[in-house]
Amino acid sequence: MANASQMALFATLFMPLVAGIWVLVFSRSDRAIRWSSILFSLVPLVLSAWMMLTYDRDAGELYGEISAPWIPMLNSNFRIAVDGLSLPLIFLTTLLSTLSLYYSARTIRTRVREYFVMFHLLELSMLGVFMALDYVLFYLFWEVSLVPMYLLIGIWGGQNRSYASIKFFIYTLVGSVAMLLAILLTYLSTGTFDILMAAEAQPFMQLDDHNRLLLGSLAFWGFFLGFAFKVPSFPFHTWLPDAHTEAPTAGSVILAGVLLKLGAYGFLRIVLPTFPEASQYWAWAVIAVGAVAIVYGAFVCVAQSDLKRLIAYSSVSHMGYVMLGIGAASLVLTPAGLESVAGKFGTAVTSGQIYDSAVMALNGATLQMFNHGIITGALFLLVGIIYERAHTRDLSKFGGLSAKTPYFYGIMLVTALASLGLPGLAGFWAELFTFRGAFAIVPIWAAFGTIGIVMTAVYILWRIIQNVFLGEYDSGKVDHWTDADGRHVDGPTDMVFFEKLTLWPLVIGMLVIGVYPTWLLSFFNTASVRLIMFITGPS
Amino acid sequence: MNPIFDLTWLVPLPPAAACALIILVTNRNKSLSSVIAIAGVAVSLIIGWAVAFSAFFDHDLAHHPVNATLFSIPTGWTEIDVGYALDPANALMLFMVPFLLVMIFIYARGYMTFPHHLKAADFPEAHAAGKDPRYSRFMAYISLFAVGMLGLVVSNNLITFFVFWEIMGLCSYLLIGFWFEKESAKKAAFKAFVTTRIGDALLFIGMMLLYIVSEPSSLSFADLFSDDNLLELSNSRANLGFREVTWTSLITFLILCGTIGKSAQFPLHVWLPDAMEGPTPVSAMIHAATMVSAGVFLLIRMYPLFARALSFGSNSMIVVAGIGAFTALFAATIAMAQWDVKRVLAYSTISQLGYMVAALGIGAYVAALFHLLTHAFFKALLFLGSGSVIHGMEHGHEHAHAHGDGHDADNHATGLIQRPDGSLDPNDPQDMRNMGGLLRKMPVTGWTFIIGGLALSGFPIITAGFWSKDEILAVAFEENSLVFLALAVAAFCTAFYTMRQMALTFVNRGRTEAADHASESTRSMTVPLILISFFAITLGWIGIPSAFPVLGGIGDNWLGHYLEPFMEVINIKALHPEFNFVPLLVSIAVALGGLGLGWLVYGKGLPPGETDPMYRALGPIWQIFHRKYFVDELYDATVVRLSNFVSSFCASIDARWIIDPLVNLVGKAGVWLSALAAAADHLLVDGLVNLTANFMRWCGGVLTHLQDGKVQAYLVIAMMVLGIWVVLVGMPIVLTLV
Repeated sequence: MANASQMALFATLFMPLVAGIWVLVFSRSDRAIRWSSILFSLVPLVLSAWMMLTYDRDAGELYGEISAPWIPMLNSNFRIAVDGLSLPLIFLTTLLSTLSLYYSARTIRTRVREYFVMFHLLELSMLGVFMALDYVLFYLFWEVSLVPMYLLIGIWGGQNRSYASIKFFIYTLVGSVAMLLAILLTYLSTGTFDILMAAEAQPFMQLDDHNRLLLGSLAFWGFFLGFAFKVPSFPFHTWLPDAHTEAPTAGSVILAGVLLKLGAYGFLRIVLPTFPEASQYWAWAVIAVGAVAIVYGAFVCVAQSDLKRLIAYSSVSHMGYVMLGIGAASLVLTPAGLESVAGKFGTAVTSGQIYDSAVMALNGATLQMFNHGIITGALFLLVGIIYERAHTRDLSKFGGLSAKTPYFYGIMLVTALASLGLPGLAGFWAELFTFRGAFAIVPIWAAFGTIGIVMTAVYILWRIIQNVFLGEYDSGKVDHWTDADGRHVDGPTDMVFFEKLTLWPLVIGMLVIGVYPTWLLSFFNTASVRLIMFITGPS
Repeated sequence: MNPIFDLTWLVPLPPAAACALIILVTNRNKSLSSVIAIAGVAVSLIIGWAVAFSAFFDHDLAHHPVNATLFSIPTGWTEIDVGYALDPANALMLFMVPFLLVMIFIYARGYMTFPHHLKAADFPEAHAAGKDPRYSRFMAYISLFAVGMLGLVVSNNLITFFVFWEIMGLCSYLLIGFWFEKESAKKAAFKAFVTTRIGDALLFIGMMLLYIVSEPSSLSFADLFSDDNLLELSNSRANLGFREVTWTSLITFLILCGTIGKSAQFPLHVWLPDAMEGPTPVSAMIHAATMVSAGVFLLIRMYPLFARALSFGSNSMIVVAGIGAFTALFAATIAMAQWDVKRVLAYSTISQLGYMVAALGIGAYVAALFHLLTHAFFKALLFLGSGSVIHGMEHGHEHAHAHGDGHDADNHATGLIQRPDGSLDPNDPQDMRNMGGLLRKMPVTGWTFIIGGLALSGFPIITAGFWSKDEILAVAFEENSLVFLALAVAAFCTAFYTMRQMALTFVNRGRTEAADHASESTRSMTVPLILISFFAITLGWIGIPSAFPVLGGIGDNWLGHYLEPFMEVINIKALHPEFNFVPLLVSIAVALGGLGLGWLVYGKGLPPGETDPMYRALGPIWQIFHRKYFVDELYDATVVRLSNFVSSFCASIDARWIIDPLVNLVGKAGVWLSALAAAADHLLVDGLVNLTANFMRWCGGVLTHLQDGKVQAYLVIAMMVLGIWVVLVGMPIVLTLV
């Protein structure tokens, strides 16, 4: 007999499928499609919020686990569950899905039915990735997530959509293939497709040291490519600006808000616990791409002239923090790694302190995943709002908007400052903990990364706030303005109700996490502590 | 423990509530918004003073400072405790900050009239009401600013300290750029934020290192300053690659970088003069009560660490003292050659902050804190006074303009006047060359400004500035003669430029129509001036050295006696410089000498059109002062250009040169490979298939001819086949038989 948590988890996962079928088959008018989509999407949102509230954050056990035989000849089960790592990300997914559907209901005017079906399918696959505890299931959902996003960009996208969508699809598919090989390698060694059991069994244990590391590295790099393409981590990031620039607004929100997190989630769920030795051995690569992405991404942002492209590159920079945090934590997963770190500061540092730092690095990375979801999601919505009105994203065409659209300015300011990592808003805590962890483990890389702190201020305040909002408003720069519903108007109009309603939950999230990060952080903290303890043993 | 101390954490909350209330509810009602903002800080003042005065009379507080936790943030197996602290040092800040905030808020209510750079037609409603179109927004911003400063003062750990520190950075950005239609304002705002952010990034590194190497790993002040931890930090060494230094030295240096950014010390001082683009109440807030004081307060908060560095003669303390003393002198010389009434004050702020930093660098903890307090009062007074002057000038300008004065219209037409001592906009209400004789027009502003000016120049005995500055000089005389010399010369310059400013602005005759028609500001602006000027004089009495002839017996150095027990608790050595007439006389001599020389040079007035007498005397040297040693130009040519270059370089690598082209190359290679495969498929694989098919068709074609329907032919073929069969099957049989 299933208990409430299992039913909630199951319903959260499959409600988008029900919604998709309903929209496809039963909804007659566009109006019905829009409303039923929004209403259906509220169910997983409420359920995931309920799961968060009822989850025991101090214990950090699996929650709502369901396991049923699925493909017996492969020894593959339908096994799903959540824990402190995936639960907030699932909430993020359902929240952003609902907001995106709501926003799309007002802005998508062509091929409505297909659009909403695709969106529900997308939500299903993302939730599936976060819940799956079986490699086959994981891979299935992972691949399924590609298709709706490909179509969303390819059909409802901008001018250059076919190039962007095919680039996105093929790029990520290449990563998936590498990951599939790594999954098979793991399976051949452990004989199970169960993610947790494979980690328990530790693949390649029967081999000698040299071969274990060799095969572990092979598997590590397979997964690395799969996940790093998705994050995307420097230098595999160039599909991102194209995909973002061409995607419809809600597509960008989901792409930046959730899809990028799948990659980082993969590192935490699969790579670190299953291949701790290889992770430690190659940690420097993860750290380097993370730190370089932070700085490099920020510099590239400064030189952008398209607002949406700029925000896309800011994702590269911000996801760099995630990689830096994960890499720093990986470096201390083996006794040898621990020792190399302990001597670094010239003082007697205990292993407990280093593990604390590793947990803080992971906390920073996971919190950054969540924060980046709500912050960049909001940024893309805001870009969509201005694009709907001005039909351009060229930064040189704007100026002085804060006098004309004060409400829009206010929301943009809070969001942009959260992205900048301003203390008192969500982004700060993630940066603080990432750097706190990274400084204790790889101080030079971390110090290098702090250049990003300054450059982020430059591109946020100079390129976005100053270029778009400050200065004198010049009516001649934009050819024709329309209002939120596409009617011709003389100048920029401020946000209307549905746009405000879409953004308020995100802004409130930034403020609440910024002022009181404890609640959200306690999910991640327990998950990170358990992860470190799982790998290094109780200490 | 006094139960009132439990209220400490409430101090920053009322302005926060006011800020939220204004943004969410009352933003349409300008007057109500300002009342709410004032009420917010007024409540903070009541709580803050209740706490502060209880602290002043609670002798136990020094030995048992308040340190309480509000909530915790999990960090692995440990936690960060977020809470509030109260000790004698921040109790003094709780006395100064909320009072000045209330004064500034009341002043702002009157000050924020419709600004001159906006067109009335764009904002008809605001123009009719005579208020800034974004009046409510301004009130919300300054309330948030107040939250930042008050929160910082009561923080019990470096993390929340940094949070509030950055919130202030944000508010200064928003407020400096408040009149964002002005090109100069938006640039100044950006410059302020990014320049301080550079300092903040270094401070952040310092914080992280301190967090990591401390035992227990924490940034709570109470943990950081335990004896064991301080000892451990100064004994263990950090390897920087090229040399080893103690953690104390490294971390104090990085923390100093934060102060250099926030308190506008050389070389990160460039943002502060530009910050004058903000409305004047903001300048007063930034320069006096909040932002720049926060930088010095950071040093005061972290002083146990610095004191430890000082005790083993760390180089980082020489850097602290050197930067402070250099900045004090450097900025004072620049201030001597500025024309903008607010810019003179801006450079004087930089210079005075240099005094405090230098004082901390040589161990004069009490003197630095003392000067921080007195300076906050008289600098707030001066800024608010200069704002009142600007208002009066603008009013006079309008008045003259309204009377259709031809002279004024001419000025409009001519635009900038090029002069060897700097170009002059004849309509600029902030340029001192357009002023003169304002004392008669604006007596309250004038006299309170003069009180503030005398306090700044350290006019002996009666002003607060004299006592605090004298104490710094007394310590410097004993500890470091080079610092003493720099500070003494800077004090002379200070007195000189202050007299220059007062003379050019207030005495003699007006040099423009606007100055002749200027009028006194509203009461909402003058009353705060009067109230602050009270403290600009009396606050000095709390720190009269005990050994001072006659007066020492009366005042008996209350401040020193109040702080010393606490300093003992947090391991700071209290300095008791022996009373010496040399620094005292020097301090009196430079103050009076500077004022006297200033009066000699500028006292008889500057006739319109005539250049600065000092320019005539010094020539190119004056130009160097006037152009601020070309530091801005240097940064534009180096740092700004470099960062722009790196940006476009990275962007080109990304999109044009390497990364994306590689991706596209792989993509194109894929397409080529496909084309190749398609060709191969067409030629080889498909070719073979087709070849087979064609062969078959050919065979079929050939064989077709056999089936032509002639029975005779069939019979022949049948016979032939039979013959072949017979040969093939029959022959072996025959052969075997044979």
